[in-house]
Amino acid sequence: MPYVVIAYLWLAILLYVLLGGADFGAGIIEMFTSQKNIRRTRKTLYHAIGPIWEANHMWLIIVIVILFVGFPVIYSELSIYLHIPLLIMLMGIIARGTAFVFRHYDAVHDNMQDVYNRIFIWSSFVTPFFLGVIAGSVVSGHIDPNAQTFAGAYLYGWMNLFSIAVGLFTVSLCGYLAAIYLIGEAEDENDRQRFIRKAKRMTLAAIASGAVVFAAAETDGIPLFHWIFGGPVGLVSVLLASISLVILWKKIRQPNTTLHRLLAGFQITMILFAISYAHFPDFIILKGGDHLSLLVQQAPYKTMQSLGWALLIGSLLILPALFYLYYSFQKNTKPPVMQ
Amino acid sequence: MDDFLAARFQMALSLGFHIIFACIGMVMPFFMAVAHYKWIRTGDVVYKNLTQAWSKGVAIFFATGAVSGTMLSFELGLLWPAFMKHAGPIFGMPFSLEGTAFFIEAIALGFFLYGWDRFNRWFHWFTGVIVGISGLASGILVVAANSWMNSPAGFDYIDGQYLNIDPVKAMFNDAWFSQALHMTLAAFASTGFAVAGVHAAMIVRKSNVVFHTKAFTIAAVFGCVAALLQPVSGDISAKDVAQRQPAKLAAMEAHFHTQKSAPLIIGGIPDVENKTVKHAIELPGMLSFLAHGDLTAEVKGLDSIAPQDHPPVAVVHYAFQIMVGMGVIMMAIAVVFFLSFWKRNWLRKIWFYRLFIVAIPMGFIAIEAGWTVTEVGRQPWIIQGIMRTADAVTPMPGIAWSFYLFTAVYTSLSFFVVFLLRRQIKMVPLIYDDKND
Repeated sequence: MPYVVIAYLWLAILLYVLLGGADFGAGIIEMFTSQKNIRRTRKTLYHAIGPIWEANHMWLIIVIVILFVGFPVIYSELSIYLHIPLLIMLMGIIARGTAFVFRHYDAVHDNMQDVYNRIFIWSSFVTPFFLGVIAGSVVSGHIDPNAQTFAGAYLYGWMNLFSIAVGLFTVSLCGYLAAIYLIGEAEDENDRQRFIRKAKRMTLAAIASGAVVFAAAETDGIPLFHWIFGGPVGLVSVLLASISLVILWKKIRQPNTTLHRLLAGFQITMILFAISYAHFPDFIILKGGDHLSLLVQQAPYKTMQSLGWALLIGSLLILPALFYLYYSFQKNTKPPVMQ
Repeated sequence: MDDFLAARFQMALSLGFHIIFACIGMVMPFFMAVAHYKWIRTGDVVYKNLTQAWSKGVAIFFATGAVSGTMLSFELGLLWPAFMKHAGPIFGMPFSLEGTAFFIEAIALGFFLYGWDRFNRWFHWFTGVIVGISGLASGILVVAANSWMNSPAGFDYIDGQYLNIDPVKAMFNDAWFSQALHMTLAAFASTGFAVAGVHAAMIVRKSNVVFHTKAFTIAAVFGCVAALLQPVSGDISAKDVAQRQPAKLAAMEAHFHTQKSAPLIIGGIPDVENKTVKHAIELPGMLSFLAHGDLTAEVKGLDSIAPQDHPPVAVVHYAFQIMVGMGVIMMAIAVVFFLSFWKRNWLRKIWFYRLFIVAIPMGFIAIEAGWTVTEVGRQPWIIQGIMRTADAVTPMPGIAWSFYLFTAVYTSLSFFVVFLLRRQIKMVPLIYDDKND
């Protein structure tokens, strides 16, 4: 059963990165859209993510619940030493969710819209950035439970080149996912071309920031290169991701939306797989080389049993409903009827 | 500000904020479902307009409730890591089920809000009902987790170790039913009264009377039924607390001395130094009766509890008085409402609607007060009798700053929500103008 729980933890993280990521990315795309096209983009965005954005963010709750029920020591260590980036991320989540809903449901359309837009755009950037910072810090080996100073314990754990580079990488991945997703949601050929151009730039940004991540790891003394390219599994995953990226760009002009999305999703899956495989079963790497392992830190037997069953049964209820939701609100299923 | 106090204030603020949105988000879908049902059955377009108008409110409240709930799942760890480290595996079961319920709610809400004219009418209606049912389930599960803190179960506490953990027993602890029932009824009563009151105000102003009367009736029926049932559940809770948490009951009643035929103290100013209550109304024997069902039974006072385990008496006592006071007024209004089924002419009187306008905030004041009773009344414990709140707090200094930040965020969010609702209500005549008015 512990493996079932760990599998769900991984799956929930992956789905949050993919779905939540595309969702954040929508705001990032908006940030890089010119004034001329912003209204159209917003409308497309709204139709694309309106019905599904709340469900996309549920995965984060699932991740947190699995952590605090199944791996309470890991959850409490993260909460203590990454308090500050978690707090900033939370502020981003609350600002983004409310701004998105407020801007649509405000009965009066006036200059308050600018306020909502600005909040939405900035929080769409800040939230995934700090998510990335947190993810980077977890494996960076900079978290120091024995630190004697405030800065040592609560700042340097996440304020380092590597974590910040991972933050930027996460932001560009979100933008990339959103651009690929929006290509299929575009309302006309002009928009489609626009989103393809966006996707191109986001791909370059992701590759560039990915390189920065490796450089930062080198500077910070993190053996990232070895982790990923040191074994056949990491090597193959990265290779597959690269091949699929090439295929995606060969086929980008074809109207096969599902293929584009699957390929983009596959790349992210491979990246996450490579990095988590390199560490498994460790979850947090502390300063001095100590590890907090998912297998060692798991909750007592009965808790893992009931958590595993709750997840299995829960996913039987959730997944079909979720698929039907995505299916129903895909652009091509039926023309959207405006209220 | 002291970090420990700041952490407690931040938690109280976050819960106090979330609880209102959670209640509205879990009750409003039922109002919508009724209006929606009437529209499908009768074809009366006013009911369709009403459902849509309400659904916009629900979208705002649900989003705010969802993000503030997400914050809470993090804050538990950010503020109380030592608590979560030990309690997580024990009381986590309802949270893992709640994850599912909440997820289904979000999915169903997507279908409901964006599904107008896209789906079969009954399927669309059904998704709205699912929003309500899963929201209700989430609420009950979260309260079950809280009740475990009041009534810890499902583990053995031996030499500071939490052994033989059984999460299912922990979930079905002794307090879960009484607390879940009380909270659910409170959610229906407070949301029902608040919504009825807002529509009553519009009826008094004579704008879109047909629309607002239909809205008023649906909300008032829910709110008034719940308000009339609430005392029964309150009685179950009181007997339960008397048995499990005598210190909490003693603080609620400012009951300093253990005695037989204990009087019920209404109002008054508790004087903790001298262990007396000034200016209170005393009903002889009634506390014994309410706590144990016997006018002469002995009720444990604060003197039977070690001083370091006393909760703050004044806060808990005042909060309890406020909760009961609000409940009694709402009950009285509920009686008037049901009498109006016979006295039809009351429905045309201004005073009748004014009653409901006055009562708009009452249910939520009662909820905040009741939450204060149960949380402050448990102090100094975070897990009753097992772990002290002070031992659970994060080692990170500077929590006061985080508290100021949260205060600023919640204040501005509340401002935004009120601002948006005012705009919604203002727009009703323009969007849903009814030619029959």
